[in-house]
Amino acid sequence: MSNLEQLKSAFGSKFNTSQYQFAHAFGDDSIVIPKEDVIPVFTFLKNGDHFDFLMDVCGVDYPGRAKRFDVVYHLFHSKNGNRLRIKVPLAEGEYVDSLVGIWKGADWFEREAYDMFGIVFRGHPNLRRILTHHQFVGHPLRKDYEADRQQHCTSSLPVHFDNVNGEDGSLLNDNFVPINIGPSHPAMHGTLRVMAEMDGETIVRAGCEIGYLHRCFEKMAETHPYNQVIPYTDRLNYCSAPMNNVGYCKAVEKILGVEIPPKAQAMRVILCELSRVIDHIVAVGTGGVDLGALTAFFHLFTYREKVYHLFEKLCGARLTVSLTRVGGMAQDAPEGWYDDVLAFCKEMRQEVDEISKLLLDNKIFIKRTQGVCPVKAADAIAWGYTGPLLRASGVGLDLRKIKPYYGYDALDFDVPVGTNGDIYDRYLVRIEEMRQSIRIIEQVCKNIPGGDYTIRDRSIVLPEKKDVYGNIEGLMNHFMLVIKGLRPPVGDVYDATEAANGELGFYLVSDGSANPYRLKVRPPCFAIYQSFPSVVKGAMLADAIATVASMNVIAGELDR
Amino acid sequence: MTPQNLEDQTMDDFSKQIAFTTRLDDLVAWGRKNALWPLPYGTACCGIELMSVMGPKYDLARFGAEVVRFSPRQADLLLVAGTITEKMAPVLVRIYRQMLEPKYVLSMGACASSGGFYRAYHVLQGIDSVIPVDVFVPGCPPTPEAVLDGIMLLQKMIAEHHPRPWKQNWKAPDYV
Repeated sequence: MSNLEQLKSAFGSKFNTSQYQFAHAFGDDSIVIPKEDVIPVFTFLKNGDHFDFLMDVCGVDYPGRAKRFDVVYHLFHSKNGNRLRIKVPLAEGEYVDSLVGIWKGADWFEREAYDMFGIVFRGHPNLRRILTHHQFVGHPLRKDYEADRQQHCTSSLPVHFDNVNGEDGSLLNDNFVPINIGPSHPAMHGTLRVMAEMDGETIVRAGCEIGYLHRCFEKMAETHPYNQVIPYTDRLNYCSAPMNNVGYCKAVEKILGVEIPPKAQAMRVILCELSRVIDHIVAVGTGGVDLGALTAFFHLFTYREKVYHLFEKLCGARLTVSLTRVGGMAQDAPEGWYDDVLAFCKEMRQEVDEISKLLLDNKIFIKRTQGVCPVKAADAIAWGYTGPLLRASGVGLDLRKIKPYYGYDALDFDVPVGTNGDIYDRYLVRIEEMRQSIRIIEQVCKNIPGGDYTIRDRSIVLPEKKDVYGNIEGLMNHFMLVIKGLRPPVGDVYDATEAANGELGFYLVSDGSANPYRLKVRPPCFAIYQSFPSVVKGAMLADAIATVASMNVIAGELDR
Repeated sequence: MTPQNLEDQTMDDFSKQIAFTTRLDDLVAWGRKNALWPLPYGTACCGIELMSVMGPKYDLARFGAEVVRFSPRQADLLLVAGTITEKMAPVLVRIYRQMLEPKYVLSMGACASSGGFYRAYHVLQGIDSVIPVDVFVPGCPPTPEAVLDGIMLLQKMIAEHHPRPWKQNWKAPDYV
């Protein structure tokens, strides 16, 4: 009995399922439920241990329908890797009950759906804009909002906090000192803004404002053909750009129902693991800088440059590489590239040991991080933590193990897990993950499969240039695919990969045209960063800085 | 050997060993161009490339600009690296106005210069609509070499007292 059938029978005894629609398409289970049943259904799914993660909440706009919006929830179970999509149709002006009481991680996701679509979540304590600025009028991801209609912002909001237990967060307490850090501040990594009320050095209340790098990725995706979205994905988590390419292409390939050739899979694995290493380089390096340890950063950046060099050899670009295409890779690796990668692995292995000594064995570093702002496993799950931070809290969840893709199941690697969920464990996990990634790369590089680097489906992949200029079929094929575009079947899929920061999910809705109808990114650090105010409450200000650094919040994927 | 005993030509060579003549303006410009204190306003991908520019391989210190200052009061070169959104624009203008004269702005990358490929509802279409920009560096993101080239261009402008009408005619947006 499939998972969906089990749920169907479990639902049958509990709810009036006559209005429910159960569907299994493109490998995903989904259920459409009426808005009245949201709270009982989600309570049942959580308490019955059907699902423990609320991965994503988002909206989709169908202006032609009587019930214009779909509120789409994605659930996940960390024990068996099962996923479920629940859709709730909603007419304009209707509301749906907020899930904040069941999964606190729903908080920012619901705010975003409100900001982007104007969907009202009843009972949400802070239903205000999150990504767009406070003077913005309208809801930009609605289909009737033009992609390029800018609205200027002329001021910044004063220090403010979230409403808690009915108390207005914009009212400040005169007994405490308000403090504003960022968005332009060295510890705020460019665009984060943290506000706090201080009692001496202790944080009484903290809040964060995001959206300073909201550059409309999802709207841009709706206005570009599938392959032209790839360069935009580079700029989500720009510290590990190839992983976003892979995640996006994998989602499109899932809806197309194609499997990429073994060689392309191997290349993607190498790229992903190289990206994981360089992402952790930035996280560990800048994390050290924020604690006053500048040496590690300069050390590590030497090695990041070496990976840039490998990318340059592969495609000419350093940072934003756009290496994948739907159906495989953009091109084959040049001769000797895999040997270069192996040589790099050898060097990097030594460097990781050195950095480990330099930071993890450093007395000052240990004192600044051990036991500081720990997050318990249950809280981490409730907030929707994934990736190194979840594993630091002691939950050994890794999509490469639980739902292996691209042959990860055949590779020999370990998933490092922490115990306390404090800042020290986060760096411990990241540094060990670098070692494991090197192991993976070495295994793959030594056994590169032969064959093609892309599928050769004429309705998906452009022909090679020698065919375009060499024969009429190639020319026609190229012409037709450019004019018509790649057109997946009508439907929707959710696909996730284990990115450097955690689960990077793409929810793709296709209406059969050449552009995605809706592309929602589930960024790992969005779920993590929303817990910041409660994690640092009662801590010292300097610990809050260390916490932001250890969360490795990347504004590109946070704000999109 | 006393100067009186020397031929004119030799006298000239001798004086060059112990002194050089210049205009005060040029001397100040020489000092300025070789001691830029950048404020790295890195917001996005370009910020990561800017780390490379500062990092061990490309090393901006070779151009006299290694003293990075995050306080606008202590910086004279605003390096805008990354997309500036509508929400960020008021902050950027405020930071610029807090910098002391003389001050320069380098716009790194397509987004800061023109909005780049984000022709989008929340992205400022070029920072030159809110602050005066001295050097635009193209690229998405520009290579570190391109950024160094931009800095060298700025150094040349400073040394040559290049007129900066965009700066002279700049009016702060009325909301600040």
